[in-house]
Amino acid sequence: MRLREIPITAWVGLFGIALVVFCALFAPLIAPYGETEVVGGVWQAGDSQFFFGLDNLGRDILSRLIYGTRTTLFVALAATVISFSLGIILSFTAAVSGGLVDTVFSRFNDLMMSIPTLIFALVVLAVLPQYLFVLILVMAVLDSTRVYRLGRAVALDVAVMEFVEAAKLRGEGKTWIIFREILPNTLSPLLAEFGLRFAFAILFLSTLSFLGLGIQPPTADWGGMVKDNKDGIIFGIPAALVPGGAIAALCICVNLVVDWLLKRTSSLKGGRGDA
Amino acid sequence: MSNSAEAGGQPARSLRDRFPLAALILERCLLSLILLLAVSVLIFAGVEALPGDFATTYLGQSATPQAVANIRADLGLDRPVVTRYFDWLGGVVQGDFGTSWASRNSVSEQVGNRLGNSLFLAGFAAIIAVPLAIGLGMLSVHFRDRMPDKIINVISLAAISLPEFFIGYLLILYFAVDFGIATFPATVYQGMGFLERVQTIALPTATLVLVVLAHMMRMTRAAILSVMSSAYMETAELKGLSSWRAIVKHAAPNALAPIINVVALNLAYLVVGVVVVEVVFVYPGMGQYMVDAVTVRDMPVVQACGLIFAAVYILLNMVADILAIVANPRLRHPR
Repeated sequence: MRLREIPITAWVGLFGIALVVFCALFAPLIAPYGETEVVGGVWQAGDSQFFFGLDNLGRDILSRLIYGTRTTLFVALAATVISFSLGIILSFTAAVSGGLVDTVFSRFNDLMMSIPTLIFALVVLAVLPQYLFVLILVMAVLDSTRVYRLGRAVALDVAVMEFVEAAKLRGEGKTWIIFREILPNTLSPLLAEFGLRFAFAILFLSTLSFLGLGIQPPTADWGGMVKDNKDGIIFGIPAALVPGGAIAALCICVNLVVDWLLKRTSSLKGGRGDA
Repeated sequence: MSNSAEAGGQPARSLRDRFPLAALILERCLLSLILLLAVSVLIFAGVEALPGDFATTYLGQSATPQAVANIRADLGLDRPVVTRYFDWLGGVVQGDFGTSWASRNSVSEQVGNRLGNSLFLAGFAAIIAVPLAIGLGMLSVHFRDRMPDKIINVISLAAISLPEFFIGYLLILYFAVDFGIATFPATVYQGMGFLERVQTIALPTATLVLVVLAHMMRMTRAAILSVMSSAYMETAELKGLSSWRAIVKHAAPNALAPIINVVALNLAYLVVGVVVVEVVFVYPGMGQYMVDAVTVRDMPVVQACGLIFAAVYILLNMVADILAIVANPRLRHPR
């Protein structure tokens, strides 16, 4: 793959993601003020000193935005990685084993998917204590149902191929078949799905935080910042729109990259290309 | 449809053979019912099995064991789980969701009012979004890989990435605060005139439409395109049909089943999207009720709302399946 074959939209996406990752890594160095430091009046408008203005407690929005990338990115990424590992391992096991294992896993997955994700999360988070790892796990488990469905469909396509049969006849174990035969041949669609799930995780986390059930204050987090500043909207103060815009921008960037990955996959398959 | 009850009541082979479609639909309905029952167990058991106790939350960490025991007895938490589940389920079937722990009011009464409000909002959004999405999807296929398609593609990609609350607040800031042509918050009350009500929910409806439109349009486009790449479409193209005619006459009938599926899926999505939009616009619906209950850990309300949302979702998915079976004869003979 040559660099110049990457379309401009994908470059925009990659640049945006890189910027956010940079902010997350070096937050204390680039942020002009502290995460919870009160530096001025409530909802002070933006000027040369405070670029985006101040929030509902007089904290610098730009600084909180930069610190917020850490929480948002970390939680969303952790949840996606766990959900992917879980979903892929279970779905590939189901596809390779077949029979009873497949039926039990798939029916249980159908059951989980018959409850809308947000509603399920609300029910579960109403009961569970509010810890960060609980939040990550809930997000991961709920999201893994979607990964499972895709993973099973993709793996079933590959599992009937001759080279898998050959591996079985050679006497390879299930682990070998899953990781050495099926995984490499399903990597491309799964990679695109990873991006989609990651974008979804960012949105989902922000929604939960916005509803007051995600990241707890005073830790900065984009969804939570929208919640903090939402009362200003009625007075025409756009402070809540800044973190909201940041969430939107990051998701657009991820989706742009995913879009390019998907196009590449479909052109590899040699179809008419646009389906 | 009148014979469908017979077909399921007694598993007579001849009836099943004579009315395969009715039997299939009945089977699907029964499956949904079982699913709903399983979901009710899941929601109830989930709330029971997980740690955390309302009594301790309510009284604080320093509560004496005696006070905690009193509250638990008061709320009926000291009885065995299975008994409580069947009590709860029996009540739910009769439309009684118990009493709220926090406000001591009847949950059913609240749910009754609010469910109507939520469905009104979601239904209104659906009426606008569905035709618009299908129209845009067809337009996008018609101009495939040309400027209009590319513009629609980029805009819809952006719209998918926008969180509901961002769209909501953006609309509030411009239309309610800056221009003053819409109302915020969107408070509706009983006895409100229909027109007035519609005017009040203009902004929440617009938000929901924007949220769901992009998804629905992209899926419609994909569904039509997968039909477009089939052999008979190539034939239609080669025999010189205009592309618009080919889409309307050949592609659309075959794309009907997937499009119905897309619509039903997105309506189900709408039901969930309502939660956030209601919170943004302070709209007195089910979503707002549920989120409030979750923050104070008011379990009967959470369980009731969870079950109702799941039921609507399952119902819509069932309708999607049945319509797809009716629209596509090939699905009637699963291999």
